[in-house]
Amino acid sequence: MSDVILEMRNITKVFPGVKALDNVSFSVREGEIHALVGENGAGKSTLMQVLSGVHPYGSYEGTIYFKGKECQFRNITQSEDVGLVIIHQELALVPFLSIVENLFLGNEQGKNGIIDWNKAVSMSEGLLEKVGLEEAPATLVKDLGVGKQQLVEIAKALAKEVQLLILDEPTASLNDSDSEKLLDLLRQFRENGISSILISHKLSEVLKVADSITILRDGATIETLDCRKDEITEDRIIRGMVGRDLTHRFPERDVKIGKTIFEVKDWNVYHPLQEDRKVSDDINLYVREGEVVGVAGLMGAGRTELAMSIFGRSYGKDISGKAFKYGEEIDVSTIQKAIAHGIAYATEDRKAYGLVLIHPIKDNISIANLASVSNYGVIEDPKEFSMVREFRDMLDIRCSSVLQLALNLSGGNQQKVVLSKWLFANQDILFLDEPTRGIDVGAKYEIYTIINQLASEGKGIVLLSSELPELLGICDRIYVMSKGKIVAEMKASDATQEKVMKHIMNNTR
Amino acid sequence: MKTLLTFLRKNVRDYGILIALIVIIVFFQNTTNGILLRPINITNLVLQNSYIVIMACGMLLVIVAGGIDLSVGSVAAFIGAVAAVFMVRYNMHWFLTIVLSLILGGLIGAFQGYWISYAKIPAFIVTLAGMLIFRGLTLVMLQGEAVGPFAVPFQRLSSGFIPDFFNYDGFHVTTVLIGVIFSVLIVVIDLINRSKQKKYGFEVLPFYLMVVKNLLIVGAVLGLCWLMASYKGLPTVMIILFVLIILYTFVTSQTVIGRRIYAMGGNVKAAMLSGVNTERLYFLTFVNMGVLAALAGLIVAARLNVATPKAGDGFELDVIAAVFIGGASATGGIGKIIGAVVGAFMIGVMNNGMSIMGIGIDWQQAIKGIVLLLAVLFDVYSKKKIQ
Ligand SMILES: Nc1ncnc2c1ncn2[C@@H]1O[C@H](COP(=O)(O)OP(=O)(O)OP(=O)(O)O)[C@@H](O)[C@H]1O
Ligand SMILES: [Mg+2]
Repeated sequence: MSDVILEMRNITKVFPGVKALDNVSFSVREGEIHALVGENGAGKSTLMQVLSGVHPYGSYEGTIYFKGKECQFRNITQSEDVGLVIIHQELALVPFLSIVENLFLGNEQGKNGIIDWNKAVSMSEGLLEKVGLEEAPATLVKDLGVGKQQLVEIAKALAKEVQLLILDEPTASLNDSDSEKLLDLLRQFRENGISSILISHKLSEVLKVADSITILRDGATIETLDCRKDEITEDRIIRGMVGRDLTHRFPERDVKIGKTIFEVKDWNVYHPLQEDRKVSDDINLYVREGEVVGVAGLMGAGRTELAMSIFGRSYGKDISGKAFKYGEEIDVSTIQKAIAHGIAYATEDRKAYGLVLIHPIKDNISIANLASVSNYGVIEDPKEFSMVREFRDMLDIRCSSVLQLALNLSGGNQQKVVLSKWLFANQDILFLDEPTRGIDVGAKYEIYTIINQLASEGKGIVLLSSELPELLGICDRIYVMSKGKIVAEMKASDATQEKVMKHIMNNTR
Repeated sequence: MKTLLTFLRKNVRDYGILIALIVIIVFFQNTTNGILLRPINITNLVLQNSYIVIMACGMLLVIVAGGIDLSVGSVAAFIGAVAAVFMVRYNMHWFLTIVLSLILGGLIGAFQGYWISYAKIPAFIVTLAGMLIFRGLTLVMLQGEAVGPFAVPFQRLSSGFIPDFFNYDGFHVTTVLIGVIFSVLIVVIDLINRSKQKKYGFEVLPFYLMVVKNLLIVGAVLGLCWLMASYKGLPTVMIILFVLIILYTFVTSQTVIGRRIYAMGGNVKAAMLSGVNTERLYFLTFVNMGVLAALAGLIVAARLNVATPKAGDGFELDVIAAVFIGGASATGGIGKIIGAVVGAFMIGVMNNGMSIMGIGIDWQQAIKGIVLLLAVLFDVYSKKKIQ
């Protein structure tokens, strides 16, 4: 039995109105990959923030021992000094700085305040090699994809001589191959004696790499499973997470498909900056009443760009093509017009495009449809409150009240607020962009149920998702996109993961 | 007792500035040997500083929307000059002049708003340019001299008092009556809100605290009216201020347009993708600011009974300071009208109190600067406490 490197004892953390952690104990052995799982709002991120000094000593109760010594971190720098590095749910790189500059930000190489760039660059080459990132150190971070940015974050952690690496949902926005790479890297670290804590809602990958799994529920430790001793299954973890068995991953539904509700023809979109780069190439796409249409593709296939360009030209330049609703051409040239025609777009990037973080949940949910809760431009508070509360209950958003700031919600619950906004807006053509990103298994099921219900009301739903099982599980028809083109269309009943991947692969080369 | 403490802790930000205002009033009341709260001085204080309150209402919207307007002092001066030239050189009727001036203010706001909102030039730069442009145009307009005096009805805009309908010797009964009506309104509205909030399951103030709060507010209102009544009654300007404060409080807290301005300031992209026409809305906040700057310019000119090239010098600083002292966030999305108004009165009391004490303009500036810094510091600190 290897030694315990980290031990957190009886941690309790209270926010105004919520007890986020209630007497949680958690320990990690040296050289293991320890997964931390639990529902949205269970307290996973909070526990790690307590550990890394984001919530300073004194703002929580309980004790932390790292390598046998008691730690009282007052800020992140102090925890990094002992070799404890956290990579947050949202990346924290500076987009307009280069890879080297980011790698050594706050850890600059040099003397007397003067940076030794030669040393920095040569060190960075070593680090990049370790994480398997083949990019010039001078590349700006904004020009890298999310997967590569993630690697930069990890290299940055290595630069600080990390002993315990904490990753909060690192693969939430990565595609399968990038995720696989990242997991390999964690395994490699394990060989070299670096322990990691991995928070993830993707249970399949947890099972692939984890040596132990700790399950949190409602701010308390439920159990710790040892994968080396026992045979653990996804169902076993889910039972611990939600406290009951979840027999089906996808709800059943009666499919009743009607007329074509929405269609785009010959849709072309150019990149906003690179003038001759087409990001949507001759797209033809339709969705019928009561139909759930999936759009599959790798990261960067142009799904988000397509949806946003249709949604009031909120992305792209020189957009051409026609949009139809019930066979009649409609004008979707501004967001207001698109919304007026019943189109909604729920974004994948909740922080940048979805939420006003400094405002309450209530204001975030009602903003796209204030007309329904106002009279002659005057908002009727009672009506707004009761409607917003209905949505909170329907999506089970975990919050102390609807006046809680969006900022203080857990990642998954923020995602639910974005979704609620568009459900509240009561549109009949919904583009849902990664609606289940960062959402726990139980809540996913609820969101699928809601999608089904919307479909049964005769709405048309376009689901953009990187998770193939999800698309196969709830869609009626699937488009496959690659490099801005639709390369295949198939009935979900005929589709398999292999078939979809084959279409993608054939067209990426 | 515990509830009182937790309540105060939760709401330090809302009540903090109010407490600071009271502290400052008490301080100056002492150092000026009681001159500060004499009826005649209160009247003067309101007349002299009304421009801050008026413009703070517009500036709050601009700052909440995510912008800033440095040009308001120059615009106020320019409008004062235009109005003076219209009335004195061209004998235009005073009422027509007021209407045209307000329209002109709106146009100036639209001009700046266009560059800011549609041409996407930062507000700081456009209004810095505006500050120079309209100061220059003021000089051009007045040809370097002071233009005045004005017709009496125009002067009343700032130096008039509401008429008294009851001739009671040396005491302005109407003023007290207005005070009473106003107090009753305040209490009724508060009670209605309270029952609404209760109905929807919110935490409300414990009953005794609510009583104390209302007694304090009513006491302050009645006390003020009583003092005013023993002088010449309520100044017309005060009525204008009340109307503006109520109007803007309503707009910011109860209307769709208000909600959208806050959303835009909090996250432009999210607001845009929720269907808010952010460009037009941002543009409109500057138009609104222009109109209010024009109103302030008219009132200042009316009070001095002359338009001068130096009028409105440094007004923008007082106004912006008032808004930030009142708790608005420099990055947009956060701020309240009532906060900005209290901030405006704080600056007003300091201006007035320090003048009575005979402190020179040099030290006045320095002291106001320090107060601004302390206020913002307090705000940052209390925000941290809450999180
Ligand atoms: N700053 C804060 N103020 C108030 N409440 C907070 C704050 N931060 C987190 N919470 C609350 O604490 C609880 C735990 O949140 P946490 O972010 O740890 O969840 P999580 O397990 O990481 O969930 P997810 O899987 O959705 O990311 C939630 O109910 C959340 O609303
Ligand atoms: Mg989290």
